[in-house]
Amino acid sequence: MDRHEYEHRIINRIVENHGRDTRQLLSILREVQREFRHVSPEAQQKVAQSLGVCITQVSAVVGFYSFLSTVPLGKFDIRISDSITDHMLGSREVAAGLCRKLGIQPGESRQDGRVSLSFTSCTGLCDQGPAGLINGYAIPRLTEDRTDEIARLINDDIPLGEWPEEFFAIKENIRLADRLLGNPVRPGEALERTVALDRETMFGEIETSQLRGRGGAGFNTAWKWRFCYEGPETAAVCPPGQPAAGIERYVVCNADEGEPGTFKDRVLLQSCADQVFEGMTVCAYLVGAKQGFLYLRGEYLYLHDQLEAVLATRRRRGLLGKTILGSEGFDFDIEIRLGAGAYICGEESALIESLEGNRGVPRNRPPYPVTHGYLGKPTVVNNVETFFAAAAIAVHGGEWFAEVGTEKSKGTKLLSICGDCARPGIYEYPFGVTIRQVLEDCGAADVLGVQIGGPSGTFLSDKECDRKLAYEDLATGGSFIVFDRTRDVIGIARNFTHFFAHESCGFCTPCRVGTALLKNLLDKIAEGHGATGDLAELSRLGRFVRSASHCGLGQTAANPILSTLERYPEIYQARLKTIDFEPGFDLDGALATARRLSGRDDADAHLSQS
Amino acid sequence: MTRPTFQIDGKPVTFTEGQTIMEAATAAGVYIPHLCHNPEFEPHGSCKLCTVKVNGRNCSACTFPAADGQEVLNDTAELNELRRTITQMLFVEGNHLCPSCEKSGNCQLQAAAYFLGMTDAHFPFFYPRRELDASHPDILLDRDRCIFCALCVRASRDVDGKNVFAIGGRGIDSRLIVNSPSGRLADTPIAATDKATRVCPVGAILIKRHGFEVPIGERVYDRHTIAEESLEREEPIVEARHG
Repeated sequence: MDRHEYEHRIINRIVENHGRDTRQLLSILREVQREFRHVSPEAQQKVAQSLGVCITQVSAVVGFYSFLSTVPLGKFDIRISDSITDHMLGSREVAAGLCRKLGIQPGESRQDGRVSLSFTSCTGLCDQGPAGLINGYAIPRLTEDRTDEIARLINDDIPLGEWPEEFFAIKENIRLADRLLGNPVRPGEALERTVALDRETMFGEIETSQLRGRGGAGFNTAWKWRFCYEGPETAAVCPPGQPAAGIERYVVCNADEGEPGTFKDRVLLQSCADQVFEGMTVCAYLVGAKQGFLYLRGEYLYLHDQLEAVLATRRRRGLLGKTILGSEGFDFDIEIRLGAGAYICGEESALIESLEGNRGVPRNRPPYPVTHGYLGKPTVVNNVETFFAAAAIAVHGGEWFAEVGTEKSKGTKLLSICGDCARPGIYEYPFGVTIRQVLEDCGAADVLGVQIGGPSGTFLSDKECDRKLAYEDLATGGSFIVFDRTRDVIGIARNFTHFFAHESCGFCTPCRVGTALLKNLLDKIAEGHGATGDLAELSRLGRFVRSASHCGLGQTAANPILSTLERYPEIYQARLKTIDFEPGFDLDGALATARRLSGRDDADAHLSQS
Repeated sequence: MTRPTFQIDGKPVTFTEGQTIMEAATAAGVYIPHLCHNPEFEPHGSCKLCTVKVNGRNCSACTFPAADGQEVLNDTAELNELRRTITQMLFVEGNHLCPSCEKSGNCQLQAAAYFLGMTDAHFPFFYPRRELDASHPDILLDRDRCIFCALCVRASRDVDGKNVFAIGGRGIDSRLIVNSPSGRLADTPIAATDKATRVCPVGAILIKRHGFEVPIGERVYDRHTIAEESLEREEPIVEARHG
């Protein structure tokens, strides 16, 4: 059997295993890549043929997700996290060392095809970096010694399965538990109470809790579930308030935790997955959904099998599947879908597009996913922590939850704390906690500032430590990155700005072009080529991208620049050249082609720009 | 029965339930600048040139539904500056060399830029390297000029039924891709008579051997502004759709 025939058979089998379902295109392509270490143009064509879809549909998806490659990756494919927190822990030096030991350059595969190394957006291991992925599996604490051993294992061609287990051990690091982490829900406990009560009573509990979405936007959870239950107006039936009959509904758990510096959802899924699934199932009961999805970011591949095992146990115990807890008509199951390296898929409508087998491009709104979501049907999309909290509310009641917090922010919030502090990890606080308190608890000293809510949030200076984490003051999805005075503000803004330019989906002009322009302009300033006019331009461009972009990514992409420009103008000023104008391009670099053509590289063939 | 009404720049505009702000405005003879929108196709909402303020919030007029009592701002200095910035971004993102482009004078990007008073590119040019596809005997695909409006994607899919085009890649590396094993136009069933070859608002898709048939100076936007041309062409289409 020749190579083509072999490839064809494997691909056919993969497509067959996914029921020839184009909505599972991303899963299919992930498997093709696992088999052949890339998705070649020929493989794309075969997948398209097997599915009966256009080649462009397949190649558009391959080109969109960072983890899919059209050129062969190494047998061992290493991706080092480019999160600022990993940089601070020396990830770039680690990567350079690994490259040296392995005899490769970043972005390349070794000649013998054994190994490749590249960089990737935050892998969600910020409390135990420098971190990365090997063949998709999370690998924390990449010290010099560890990378020596890794290089040896790779050079000796030892299969990943035979590597020491401790290399892949991911710590929980739960440092502070409040009422949610301190009162875990026993599997089935929330569901027993839910089916015992009538629907309205349980809806009432969720309403009373005033729970708001924990992903960052903070939409009222009870309202979202209610809108989904009642369905779109066009399909509404009489009497109002009753569910639109015959319309499928979906419950989606957003575990595409891509905000750099955030890892609380990873810990919840690693340690409390049952309670997350329980919350999803309570939601399904209330809104009348039969099908749920857990959209798990590709970086958390290591959790996949254990999550499947939790689902299997729940099915065996009658907590998932047909007639849950013996309640007639209560049928619900959950499917896990893996992402493939696209931060934008954390945006709920982009996530739905991805679930449908497309590029993760955010939809036009309205209509909203709650009435026109997955396959155009009413869909609840909530964050992992939201479902986790909902299960506890179903057990302990809405009042119990709303006892703590502030007027507009009830309950507690999980924070992922990392960066320059003695005790990075997960902390649970009632809303309203001050930055000062958090910094004290995590052992931060000599603080320069804190990034709240990740790159899309706000950079706070050390003069703002009395501000509070709550929707009234500082809304947050849970990322809390501490920087001490050894850190460079412009360097931080630059890391975040590069991140957004890399993750922009490219759909709308302001974000596609704007994030690239912001990146180039900030690079120019950071490298000492900025003139006074560039700062004004940076601010103007940032405000434009914020106001003109299609979705939350673009609307927040300039935050790192705008919030540091506002707080540290003197740092930016100090980086400028003392001239009024500086060309936006590298004069000497522009002559490279001419030098190549003339075969010259002497001093006279170079231009100085200083 | 009184028809539902909203205000554009203080002027009342009636609309039919289900219309977008763009459709209602077009029917009422109010021009909202746009590039990726063409009333013959499903709205896309990507270029953001049609950004208007609806009750104080920026929205895309081509996708946002009209609603009774809305206050819409359109022709304001702030919005026109935002739109001008978008045209500048589209110019620097690709390789747009108007003086040598066959589409000059018929190009909507160029016409919108004139209409909005764009006098320079403002931003540094990206000078991207994009593949030119001259493989087809009758059609030229010059990706240097593509602005990702996806009109050819929609026309080929919804009118021609051929699905010849799609947008691939991500972010600033997005590219127009072609549905054939070779990735070349020659290996697709596209024909010069297809709708997909006639909807490009810029000069990315051109019909070969028809260059400069109308002299520069006598072309569509040499004679009329894009506002006049758009309203004249698009008003009957909107009227026909919504009666």
